Amino acid sequence: MRPFQLVGHVVLELLATVGRVVLFAGAGLGHCVRPPFYFRSLGRQLIEIGYYSLPVVGLTAIFTGMVLALQSYTGFSRFSAEGAVANVVVVSITRELGPVLAGLMVAGRIGASMAAEIGTMRVTEQIDALTTLSTNPMKLMVAPRLVAGLTMLPLLVIVADIIGVFGGYLVAVYKLGFNPANYLQGTFDALQAEDVVSGLVKASVFGLIVSLMGCYHGYTSRGGAQGVGAATTNAVVSSAILILCFDYILTELFFSR
Amino acid sequence: MSERPAKIRIRNLRKSFGRKVVLDGLDLDMGIGESLVVIGGSGTGKSVLLKCVLGLLRPDAGSISIDGVEVVGASSAARDAINRKFGMLFQGGALFDSLPVWENVAFGLLATGRLRRREARAAAMAKLAQVGLGSDVAGLHPAELSGGMQKRVALARAIAADPEIIFFDEPTTGLDPIMADVINDLIVAITRDAGVSALSITHDMASARKIANRIAMLYQGKIIWAGPVADIDSSGDERVDQFIHGRADGPIKMAIRA
Ligand SMILES: Nc1ncnc2c1ncn2[C@@H]1O[C@H](COP(=O)(O)OP(=O)(O)OP(=O)(O)O)[C@@H](O)[C@H]1O
Ligand SMILES: [Mg+2]
Repeated sequence: MRPFQLVGHVVLELLATVGRVVLFAGAGLGHCVRPPFYFRSLGRQLIEIGYYSLPVVGLTAIFTGMVLALQSYTGFSRFSAEGAVANVVVVSITRELGPVLAGLMVAGRIGASMAAEIGTMRVTEQIDALTTLSTNPMKLMVAPRLVAGLTMLPLLVIVADIIGVFGGYLVAVYKLGFNPANYLQGTFDALQAEDVVSGLVKASVFGLIVSLMGCYHGYTSRGGAQGVGAATTNAVVSSAILILCFDYILTELFFSR
Repeated sequence: MSERPAKIRIRNLRKSFGRKVVLDGLDLDMGIGESLVVIGGSGTGKSVLLKCVLGLLRPDAGSISIDGVEVVGASSAARDAINRKFGMLFQGGALFDSLPVWENVAFGLLATGRLRRREARAAAMAKLAQVGLGSDVAGLHPAELSGGMQKRVALARAIAADPEIIFFDEPTTGLDPIMADVINDLIVAITRDAGVSALSITHDMASARKIANRIAMLYQGKIIWAGPVADIDSSGDERVDQFIHGRADGPIKMAIRA
């Protein structure tokens, strides 16, 4: 193929995929607000995302907070600005690292398992079987996952924010010799409602992205075990890229005024 | 063609996947209370035909009407109402592997909200007994069953909501001859005695002869012969003869690729 043709082909394919994802998202979200609702299925997803992701997200958060304190201390000491450590930790965690890292971890954990579960149901015709048993698979399988992603990720990020800031505190106080009271004072002075809220909004969007990619790739997978494997990979990779992409877009919306 | 009321009426049905033409202008009628068996070689599009009727695949062209109602391009609400008349046995079973056997069987009853869980469980037990499975399997998961037992659970699930039309996609493949005959008897009992219409697919001629009132043969995307089961041996069509006698040489050439 000639280069122009190739580029044109890739661009068209990309646009077509974006169109399909947007239609899928619209259909899925539509089913979130129209009965019947499957509360059992929703409950399972809420627990799966909100509760079972806690260890992964918590561990990520504590090490991130610790490393932030350490890095910003060694960096800022060159300008004798060590006092800014608390500030840097709080702002970076709440605005940026809390939601992004939680989003990426959940993409690996939840996005992959959604794609694998729904993909397996697709290739073994269980999705078709649902339709023949008077059950809309979009309602039973997709809608609860979208709702759970949208609502549970902000909760996870609140926890991640707290643990991350605490991690920074541990390193600052026990390793770098900060005065605990002063450090805490610095932390609370730096804490801004705007930062936290923007982080939580980001978290909601990232949660939706993870669920959407997991469901979409699972739902559209084909061709047996290999197809399910590809769906899983695609779900994780596409959510990771979209998370980073939307992170920039949302930051631009919130803070560039 | 006479205006006998048809349960299912298919006209000029076409379906291709990419460049591969699977159904190429297929016509088929099924009367009320009839047990129609579609025979045909592997990969001729029998499962695709069923999925078009069930609305799981969208045909490229043609018309399918169920009880006189056109279903190609119907709204999803109309589709739901029609699907409620259907029961389907999938070729691979398609049991929900996350649910125990009884919930698989009761799924349709619970989904329509017709029964409470306790009643649905009792109903599921009755259907399981009907397919020769005891209450000891009710709590097991599909992965813990043998292939033949899975098939029977799938059958119980297909008939659980007392459908008007049942679709069987190869009900007897993968079963031992005795079990296959038990399933045949069961299908006969369901269709002949309860007056349910059935559209079945099989390669198993013994099964076809037993469960069918009428047989239709699918070849190269069309129905090449259809008639009462008694006429199958005198169809006068070489392709039908070759198929029912299972001969490798004849007008039908199997595409064998190395
Ligand atoms: N979703 C699909 N995408 C692409 N091709 C398909 C799809 N489903 C079926 N086909 C093709 O359509 C053809 C008919 O498939 P189908 O499953 O209907 O065969 P069949 O008659 O049921 O065969 P068997 O008796 O082996 O089950 C096959 O060649 C298959 O490759
Ligand atoms: Mg088939």
